[in-house]
Amino acid sequence: MGDRKDEAMAPKNKVKRFYDYSLLFSIIFLMAFGLVMIYSASSYTAQLKYNNPAYFMVRQLKIAMGGLILAIAISKMDYHWYARFSVLAYILSYVLMIAVALAGKDSHGSRRWLKVGGVTFQPTEFVKIVLIVLLATVITYLGKKINSWKSIGLVAGLTLPIAGLVAANNLSSGIIIVGIAFFMLFVACKKIWPFFLCGIMGGAAILTAGPLATALEAIKLLKPYQLERIHVWLDPEAYPMDGGFQVLQGLYAIGSGGLVGKGLGESIQKMGFVPEAQNDYIFAIICEELGLFGAVSVIMIFLFLVYRFTIIAGNAPDLFGALLVVGVMGHIAIQVILNIAVVTNTIPNTGITLPFISYGGTSVLFLMIEMGMVLSVSNQIKLEK
Amino acid sequence: MGSNQTRHRRKAALLCFLMCASMVGLMGRLAYLMLCRSAHYSQMAEDLHERERTIKAARGNILDANGTVIATNRTVCTISVIYNQVKDREKVIETLCRELGMEEEGVRKKVEKRSAREIIRTNVDKGTGDRIRDFHLAGVKVDEDYKRYYPFDSLASKVLGFTGGDNQGIIGLEVVYEPYLKGVNGMILTTTDAAGVEIENAFEDRAEPIAGNDLHISLDVNIQQYAEQAAYEALEKKGAKRVSVIIMNPQNGGIMAMVNVPEFNLNDPFTLNVEAPAGISAKEKQERLNQMWRNPSINDTYEPGSTSKIITAAAGLEAGVVSLEDTFSCPGFRIVEDRKIRCHKVGGHGGETFLQGVMNSCNPVFIDVGQRLGVDNYCRYFEQFGMKEKTGIDLPGEAGTIMHKKENMGLVELATVSFGQSFQITPIQLITTASSVINGGRRVTPHFGVKVVGGGGTTVHRFTYPVKEGVLSEKTSAAMRYALEQVVAQGGGKKAALEGYRIGGKTATSEKLPRSLKKYISSFIGFAPADDPQVIALITIDEPQGVYYGGTIAAPVIADIFQNILPYLGIGPGQLKNTPDYE
Repeated sequence: MGDRKDEAMAPKNKVKRFYDYSLLFSIIFLMAFGLVMIYSASSYTAQLKYNNPAYFMVRQLKIAMGGLILAIAISKMDYHWYARFSVLAYILSYVLMIAVALAGKDSHGSRRWLKVGGVTFQPTEFVKIVLIVLLATVITYLGKKINSWKSIGLVAGLTLPIAGLVAANNLSSGIIIVGIAFFMLFVACKKIWPFFLCGIMGGAAILTAGPLATALEAIKLLKPYQLERIHVWLDPEAYPMDGGFQVLQGLYAIGSGGLVGKGLGESIQKMGFVPEAQNDYIFAIICEELGLFGAVSVIMIFLFLVYRFTIIAGNAPDLFGALLVVGVMGHIAIQVILNIAVVTNTIPNTGITLPFISYGGTSVLFLMIEMGMVLSVSNQIKLEK
Repeated sequence: MGSNQTRHRRKAALLCFLMCASMVGLMGRLAYLMLCRSAHYSQMAEDLHERERTIKAARGNILDANGTVIATNRTVCTISVIYNQVKDREKVIETLCRELGMEEEGVRKKVEKRSAREIIRTNVDKGTGDRIRDFHLAGVKVDEDYKRYYPFDSLASKVLGFTGGDNQGIIGLEVVYEPYLKGVNGMILTTTDAAGVEIENAFEDRAEPIAGNDLHISLDVNIQQYAEQAAYEALEKKGAKRVSVIIMNPQNGGIMAMVNVPEFNLNDPFTLNVEAPAGISAKEKQERLNQMWRNPSINDTYEPGSTSKIITAAAGLEAGVVSLEDTFSCPGFRIVEDRKIRCHKVGGHGGETFLQGVMNSCNPVFIDVGQRLGVDNYCRYFEQFGMKEKTGIDLPGEAGTIMHKKENMGLVELATVSFGQSFQITPIQLITTASSVINGGRRVTPHFGVKVVGGGGTTVHRFTYPVKEGVLSEKTSAAMRYALEQVVAQGGGKKAALEGYRIGGKTATSEKLPRSLKKYISSFIGFAPADDPQVIALITIDEPQGVYYGGTIAAPVIADIFQNILPYLGIGPGQLKNTPDYE
């Protein structure tokens, strides 16, 4: 690794370096769009609650600006430099997760927020980025040995305990962490079929969720409230007041959008019907206001991001860089897919934000750091003459 | 070590492909939701967002025969305060107390109560409401509403009826003609947020209310007022419990007046019209209210007594078992099987013709006529005259006739029925049957409703009522008119006679059951002109004190009423014709 670093650190003036501006501008566009949508989705409730319609938008704007500057700064750094802190950061994430479990701030019934100094943030976002860097480091270090079951076990051993700790009060983040590790291993390993088998089993579980959950509940593997969640998911209209409320309100928003939507700012569901419309369910408001046309456009931009990540990963100067990009790609793709799947009631409801668009300071800050990492990998690509 | 190999690239590309496939799959899911299910979810969302606010439709007016409005609507105000919006509490309390004439303590309690909206007073008249609105007090709301209003207060209260909180008819004509009077409420559809707050400038749908139609009835306010005045006089003079008067056109059944005193105030129908003992329970009060709202002319039956001799006489004449000239003898009683049935004249009327028997209201004469008819014939005529059925009057709760079953009727029962005892009918049944006896044998349907007039004065509906022709021959009818005229001219109904008018009639004094109580209903049924009846009236005086003979106390009341209303109806004394000579 050191050799490569030396190489990289000794630029010849002749060598032209690539910088993925199209990715950068896509991200800036997504964030700007996100701010507009946050304003649209939250102004009504913000006016009622804080007497300031721009309350959420302004908060998000400040963090987004800071995050953008941070991302550009990181993109100019060599990504190998922070690999050395990965073990330390990994240990720190345990500390933070235990701290949040003991001294965290309650919100919506689970402890997710940690207050350090005057700043509150969600340590789980930190854990995600640390795990991406750590696994990239470890897999690169293992080299060809990664193809052995033992190595796979090592990666799993690094991932599962912290994922379990996260999942204890934030199931969806735990799933995302496991997913990131899964994708990174998939790219690194020679094996294909074990991963496909896992994927197929996961798919089958979703397709047969109803009977499966009933069976699991019968043998006391699933608690009754979890079974009810499954039932709500399968038929939200049967539970309009209880579990199905949020999902159903989301579906109302999506359904009333139609082909071209009601127009920006014209959503009615945001007026207190969809709980916290600027957050997990912001995609439903996008659908209501901009219609199928707008919703597909947003997904297309995410598709473009994934495409750019693939290109950068494919051209990364080394495996470490490629794995970093794959980790980030996994992170963003999982969140986008799961968020839209939840909002459209394709999978059971679980709290997942839409990257760059949903309101949430910690999320956007760490996402921008990840983007900085990807841009820095892109910046290490040497352009051949 | 650590090189980015081709297989890594391929795997990354594969991963990219799978992710893209998932996202495209989600696009498909979105397309399904937003195109195929759009209508379903939009509808559900709209149901959730829209809130209906009804705009009350104005109820139609009720007008009398002259077009005088006797039931209409008045704009009233509801004064309420909204706690959060009140700025100057003291000023609000002071102003409301002064304007509404309320005690400060009660108003203060309501103004200072932390609630979304506290109603201070309902049914405040519009003038006061407007004055309060002009103070522009923050947090004080003045909402306008319609309330049913009866300009004549208690006039024909048990006939007109009143309306409830939703403007729906509760008793009387207001109930029967509800579909015509009610109208269609309007609606404002507004969009609201999750808290139910209306969103400004949002889509608003408005359906204007359609006012109810006006109902024209045959009742004449002037006649009703004459009759009511006379009834009250009789009530007071005789210390009676109740006095009822029905005045009807015997030719078509149109009712010109229906008085049941004591009446009650239609603008305040939940206050008893007589002193109630202090501290009665709510249930007991409701019981008394129900009694007060009853229309005894229609809802209650009684033994008609001698007025029903009209029926026996008509049946006898129609069947040919008797003629006016037939002679009878009355020793003061008649023995039927093992019973000795007395005449009201203890010494007996001696020898008399049938006409004289009618004039004397002699029980033995009518017992004889009844016996000549026999049970079968009597029952046949009873039915033919339509007395077994309800009259079909357009008022709710008409009581049916209580009569012996034919198979249970012996000669004794026949004898009592012949002079008006041991069966019960309503006053409206009696006057309707008497009408068909004197109008040439056409059984008309007593009614109030004449026509329904919509906005702009167009007649929407004109009511027609069934008439059963030929229940009696014209010949019998003419004989009955003559006989009943003689009752007033020279017989027991003398006190109903009116200088220059030809009036027919029949008196009655019924014993209330049980007979041991010695309580009576005195009644008189009279009509004019006797040769061509244009108006028929029935008075029943319930439990008079002192003298209780119908001929003495009931007949003069009808004379008094006729004296007032006959000229009013254009029936002048000049119409006097030569009396056909039956004697």
